[in-house]
Amino acid sequence: MPNPGVQSARRRALGAPGLSSGIALGYLSVVVLIPLAALVVKGTSGGWHHFWQVAWNPEAKAALELTLGLALAVVAINAVTGTALAWTLVRDSFPGKRFANALIDLPFALPTIVAGLTLLALYGPKSAVHVNAAFTRWGVLMALLFVTLPFVVRTVQPVLIELDREMEEAAASLGAGRLTIFRRIVFPHLLPALLSGIALAFARAIGEFGAVILIAGNLPFKTEVAPLYVFQRLNSGDTEGAAALAVLLLVISLVVLLGIGGLRRYATRHDR
Amino acid sequence: MAITARSITKRFGDFLALDDVSIDVESGSLTALLGPSGSGKSTLLRVIAGLEVADAGDVFISGKEATALAPQKRGVGFVFQHYAPFKHMTVWENVAFGLTIRHRPKDEIRGRVDELLALVQLGGLGKRYPAQLSGGQRQRMALARALAPEPEVLLLDEPFGALDARVRVELRQWLLRLHDEMHVTTIFVTHDQEEALELSDSIVVMNRGRVEQVAPPRQLYDEPANEFVMSFVGPVNKLDDAWVRPHDVELRHDPNGTTREAQVERIVRLGFETRIELVRDDGERLYAQLTRNEAEELEIERGDIVYVRARKEKTFG
Amino acid sequence: MTARYVVRFGSLGYLAVILIAPVVLIFWRAFDQGLGTFWDAISNPDAVHALKLTLEVALVAVPLNTIFGVLCGIAIVRHRIPGMGFVNAVVDLPMALSPVVVGLSLYLLYANDGWFGSWLNEHGFRILFAYPGILLATLFVSLPFVVREVVPVLREIGTEQEEAAATLGAGAFTIFRRITLPAIQWAVVYGVVLTMARALGEFGAVAIVSGGLAGRTQTMTQYVQSAYENGANETAAYAASVVLATIAILTLVAMTFIGRRED
Repeated sequence: MPNPGVQSARRRALGAPGLSSGIALGYLSVVVLIPLAALVVKGTSGGWHHFWQVAWNPEAKAALELTLGLALAVVAINAVTGTALAWTLVRDSFPGKRFANALIDLPFALPTIVAGLTLLALYGPKSAVHVNAAFTRWGVLMALLFVTLPFVVRTVQPVLIELDREMEEAAASLGAGRLTIFRRIVFPHLLPALLSGIALAFARAIGEFGAVILIAGNLPFKTEVAPLYVFQRLNSGDTEGAAALAVLLLVISLVVLLGIGGLRRYATRHDR
Repeated sequence: MAITARSITKRFGDFLALDDVSIDVESGSLTALLGPSGSGKSTLLRVIAGLEVADAGDVFISGKEATALAPQKRGVGFVFQHYAPFKHMTVWENVAFGLTIRHRPKDEIRGRVDELLALVQLGGLGKRYPAQLSGGQRQRMALARALAPEPEVLLLDEPFGALDARVRVELRQWLLRLHDEMHVTTIFVTHDQEEALELSDSIVVMNRGRVEQVAPPRQLYDEPANEFVMSFVGPVNKLDDAWVRPHDVELRHDPNGTTREAQVERIVRLGFETRIELVRDDGERLYAQLTRNEAEELEIERGDIVYVRARKEKTFG
Repeated sequence: MTARYVVRFGSLGYLAVILIAPVVLIFWRAFDQGLGTFWDAISNPDAVHALKLTLEVALVAVPLNTIFGVLCGIAIVRHRIPGMGFVNAVVDLPMALSPVVVGLSLYLLYANDGWFGSWLNEHGFRILFAYPGILLATLFVSLPFVVREVVPVLREIGTEQEEAAATLGAGAFTIFRRITLPAIQWAVVYGVVLTMARALGEFGAVAIVSGGLAGRTQTMTQYVQSAYENGANETAAYAASVVLATIAILTLVAMTFIGRRED
C-alpha cells in the first residue's frame, strides 16, 4: 500500500526539487539549448544532401583539415609538456613555485584577443625576438599552445597530488627502477586524467577564435582555421555556409564531451 | 506506546531494505535496534525520523499518525554516526540551533544551552568550533543539540561507531546516566551486541530487513528465537544439531557417560577469561570459555585429552 | 638526479616562452611611448565607452549566472530527478564550444527571420547589435563556472547537516540559508571570480552578435581588435590590453587566495 502523501512531505522538507530543477532547466533552455537548436535546424534545413554540398566545398574542407591537424599537434605537445609541468609543480620544489602554479591559469583568465595581440607582438612583424610567424601555421600553432596550456596541467595535477606514494614505495622495494615505476605504476593512474585534459584541450583548440584571428591573417587554405572560416562566411553574407560548418564544429564538440564523460566513467570503474 | 511502526516496507532500487517490519517502543524506554550491516536497522530509524519515506506502512509517534509528516514536525531528536556538526557554527550555536530557529527569547535560549552544555560536560567550550573538539566531545555536542528543543523521542544512529574503544565505553555509561535523568524515549541503532546488551531495556534484533526477535537482554541471550539471534547475540559452538555457548561447555578429566572425548589444541589466556580450543574425537572443533580460576583449577595443558559435555544447549526445529 | 632538472627546467622554460614572454611584452609595448601616450590612449571616448559597456554586461551576467549556478548545483546534486544527468551534461557544453558557434546560433535565433527574432524585432525589441544580444552571448559562455564549483562541494559535504537541521525543526528555506549556503560560500565566490573573468574577456561570440560599432556596441575586447586592425593605433590596442591583462592578473590573485580558503 504506497504512500503518496508522504512523498510530498519529504519534498517540503528538503526544498522543492520541482521548482529549482524547473528554473534551472528553463534558464538553460533559453540561454543554451534553444539557440543551439536554432543553429542545427537552420544549418541543416536544406536536407542532408544539400548540407554536405554547402559544408564540403574546398575552402571549408581545407579549413576543417587544417583545424583538426593543428589541434592534434597541439594536443600531442600538451600531453608531454602538460604532464611535465604538472609533475614539476607537484613533486618538485623551487623558489617561485606558487607563482608558477598561479600563472598556469593565465590563459583561462586572459581575454583571447589580448592573448592574440601579445602573441603577435612576440612573433609577428614587429617581433621583439625578430621572428615573423604572422600569417603562417606556426603562428597559429603558438596561439593554440598558449590557450590550451592549462588543460592537461590542471587535470593531471590533482591525480598526482592524490596518488598514494606508498604504491611507488612498494614497487621500489620490489626492485623497480624510477622509469619503470613511472611507466607501470604512476602513468596508468594518470592516463584517464591525461585523456580528459587532452579532450578538453582538443575542443578548445578546434574552436579558438580570438587568439588566432590577429596572427593568422585568415588566408584561405593556408591559415584559415574553421572558426575563422565561419566568421568570414558570415561577414560575406553566406549565412548558410557559415551555419553548415558551425554545425560540424558543434558535432565535434559534442563527441568530445561525450568522450570525456565516458572516460570519467571508465576511469572510476574500479571505485564502484 | 511512544513509537509504533506498522508493516514498514522500503526498497532502494532492487534492494529490499525493510520487509513488513513492525515494532512497538514503550514510552521512556531505551531500545536497541541490533543487527549486522544491511539488516535495515538504520533505514528503520530514518523512517521513524522521517528522513526516509517508506513505500508502505505507518508510523505513530506518541499516539499520533506521523507517516505523512516531515521530519521538522515529528518532534524527534536525531544523532548521526558522524555527528553532522554545523561546521561553520560554534558549539554554542550548534546546540542553540533548534531553539534559535523557533525564535525563542534570548534569555531562554541562553539558559537552556548553558544547562545542556553543563549536562554533557562541555561547559566552557561553547565558543569553540566542532573541528576543535575530540570525537567524544563532538558526539556529546550532537546529543545536546538534539535534546535542546525537548524532543519526545531521541534517535541515535550508531552513535559510538566512529569513536575509540575506550571513549566508546565511557560514552555508553554516560548515555545510560543521561537516560536515567531525562527519561526520554530513546532508540539507538548498533551492530555491537555488547553495547545493546549493556544499555537497553529491550532489543529488536534485525536481519535482512526483518525482525528476528524482540526481547529484553537477558531473555534474548538465554532464549534466542532462532540460530541467527543466538549466534549474533553471543559466541556459540555448533555441535551436530545443537548450539552451545562456550561458557556452557564443561570440561572434565574423566568421562562420565554423557561426555565425549576431545583433545586440547590451544589455550588462550585473555586476562580474566581463558579460552580453550578443542578438537572432539569426531573431528568437530569447539571452544570452551572458563574463568581464570576455573582454568587454573583444571590444570590442563596443550595436547591433553579431556572429556566434554554441554551443560546447556539449544536446538532449533 | 639530472632527470629532475631536465623536467623542471624543460617545463618551466616552456612556461616562460609560451606564457610569460608574451604578457611581459604587452606591458612593455603599452608603456613604450611613455606614460602620457598610454593615458591618452586609455581615456579616449571610445575606449571609455567600451569599458563601460563591458562592465554593464558583466554586472548583469555574473549575478544571473550565480543564482542559476547555485540553484542548478543543488538541483543536480540533491534532487535525483531523471533530467538532471542531461542538465549536468548541457552545463558543460559552453566549455567545449567555439565562440563563433555560440555567436552564430544566437545570430540565427534573433535575426529578422529567426524563431525569436521575427516576433521580437517586429515589436521593437532589438536583440542583435545591441546590449541584449551581448548579454545573451556573455551569459552563454560564462554559464558553467559557478555550477562546476558548487557541485563537487555539495557532493562532498553530504546531506547529514541538512538532515540534522530538518530534525531540529528547520524548514527548507531556513536550511538553505543557514546550512547549505554557508557551506558552499567559498565555492560560489571562486565561481563568481571565474565567471567575471570570462564575462569581461569574451570576444568571439560577442563579435558576431554585437556589430562592434565604436562608441555604441563595442566591448573592451572588440576595442582592442578594432584599434589594432582599423585604427592602426597600436598603442591604444596595447593600452586596452593592459587594462584587461591587469584584470586577468587580479583574477589570478583572487583565485589563488580563495582557492586556499576553500581548503
